Amino acid sequence: MKKLMKGNEAIAEAAIQAGCKCYFGYPITPQNEVPEYMSWRLREMGGVFKQAESEVASVNMVYGAGAAGVRAMTSSSGLGIALMQEGITNLASTQVPAVFLNVMRGGPGLGTIQASQADYNQMTRGGGNGDYYLPTYAPSTLQEACDLIQKAFDTAFKYRTPVGVMVDATIGNMMESVDIKENVQPDPSIPDVNEWCIRGGRREDGSVHRIKGLFNVPEECEAFNEELAKKYDKIRENEVMVDIKDCEGADVVIVAYGTTARIAKQTMKLGKENGLKIGMVRPQTVWPFPYDELREACRDAKGVLCAEMAIDQLLQDVKLALEGTKPIATYHRLSGVMPSANDMYDACVKLAKEAK
Amino acid sequence: MLKEVIFSGFGGQGALLIGQVLAMAGVIEDLNATYRPTYGFEKRGGVAFCDVILSDEEIGTPVIENPEVAVIMDEASFKRFEPLVKKGGAMFYNTSLISSKPTRDDIEYFEVPCNDMAKELGNDKVANMILLGAYVGYSKAVAMDSVEAGLKAKLGHGKEKTIPLNRKALEMGAAIAAK
Repeated sequence: MKKLMKGNEAIAEAAIQAGCKCYFGYPITPQNEVPEYMSWRLREMGGVFKQAESEVASVNMVYGAGAAGVRAMTSSSGLGIALMQEGITNLASTQVPAVFLNVMRGGPGLGTIQASQADYNQMTRGGGNGDYYLPTYAPSTLQEACDLIQKAFDTAFKYRTPVGVMVDATIGNMMESVDIKENVQPDPSIPDVNEWCIRGGRREDGSVHRIKGLFNVPEECEAFNEELAKKYDKIRENEVMVDIKDCEGADVVIVAYGTTARIAKQTMKLGKENGLKIGMVRPQTVWPFPYDELREACRDAKGVLCAEMAIDQLLQDVKLALEGTKPIATYHRLSGVMPSANDMYDACVKLAKEAK
Repeated sequence: MLKEVIFSGFGGQGALLIGQVLAMAGVIEDLNATYRPTYGFEKRGGVAFCDVILSDEEIGTPVIENPEVAVIMDEASFKRFEPLVKKGGAMFYNTSLISSKPTRDDIEYFEVPCNDMAKELGNDKVANMILLGAYVGYSKAVAMDSVEAGLKAKLGHGKEKTIPLNRKALEMGAAIAAK
């Protein structure tokens, strides 16, 4: 049933409906409605809510719950996610599943509490040490945020990896009608958690339950890294999600995600009214990034406009995808100053002219 | 059908509340609705405004650059949003608190001394509902009954007794738009 809900609350409810049993977090604007909602709703649903003493504590509580095979999550804004990086790399190295929601605000440092997309590098390149990646979803509407956080739990357990979901503060704070899928059952292809999780004592065959990420022998650690790399390749192969609109015969293709992509839709409308063909490529996963899909979709374009609420972060992946084959222009607004559909349109017009 | 309106005031005046109530009224009438609030760190004071869009089609951007209508509760918001209203649009402004005078001749202005009117009704807190009533009366975006139902849903149990006063405030505002 469709219901008007606030983004943060809708995402929290969707997580619970996907089987999230534990939430650990520390307050920070603009995502405080997530823990607030979890605090009563999880208890109602027989789960555990804990307001930790810090972000470092939260991520380690998530680590513990995940290691026990339980669907657990935390949420924060970029500042808090920064503090969690040590935990995230440990989860990656011990292959413990968990979901991390980042409701992005302006940075760097304390920045602003309004919408931003400046944590793109933080989520896709990570802040933790070592050769790991954080598969990350970047929804654009409340409905998609609900659907993708539910999918995030499945991805986390399918591949035994921490998974990120990143939304800008607009999505967290706005209200929109959503239809949250209830009582979502895990993907049947997910392996039984009892094959790996720690529950205390020995397994029936006498082996010890153990989750470890420290190696005494370099060759063993190298081999483990190669195994991890194979897992990331599999994720690259199977989990890329991208929404491609009106790119065939387009003069300009806009690459944007999240709220910026919604604003770009308005820019596309302006294009239609004024005779400029504008298409859009909207990555729904930012890691793995839809490199091939983007290059293919931009084939007809004279130029590509990369639009984001950050300075040239998404741009790095757009450049990697296009490999210098197309002129690229950028458009950004920052720290809670919202991108303008009109200005984005002007940028498209300028690009189309210059690229001729 | 597409209605775009910005409600703006300082924190504590209830600009965000009336935006939410309007969005709820829209959903009650089976419309698509988005409500996008912007506010600062402060619980009281500071800028607080919201964009509300109602449409019978899918809503693209939830951000309003140039609103058809701006409903303005304080001086700072007047200065900020007056230049942004679409040509041919309208602006409702709270003359109880705003001393600025209109500077444009391509939009319609409605003076709503909502704090004084609310005092007449015996409760200063319904000033925001008077403005919402004025907007709904002007735009006919939703029926007043839907607004009341939206308010009931927003306030939840235990506050039903405030509904008749709020309804009175809504009607009082609508009467201004009808003039």
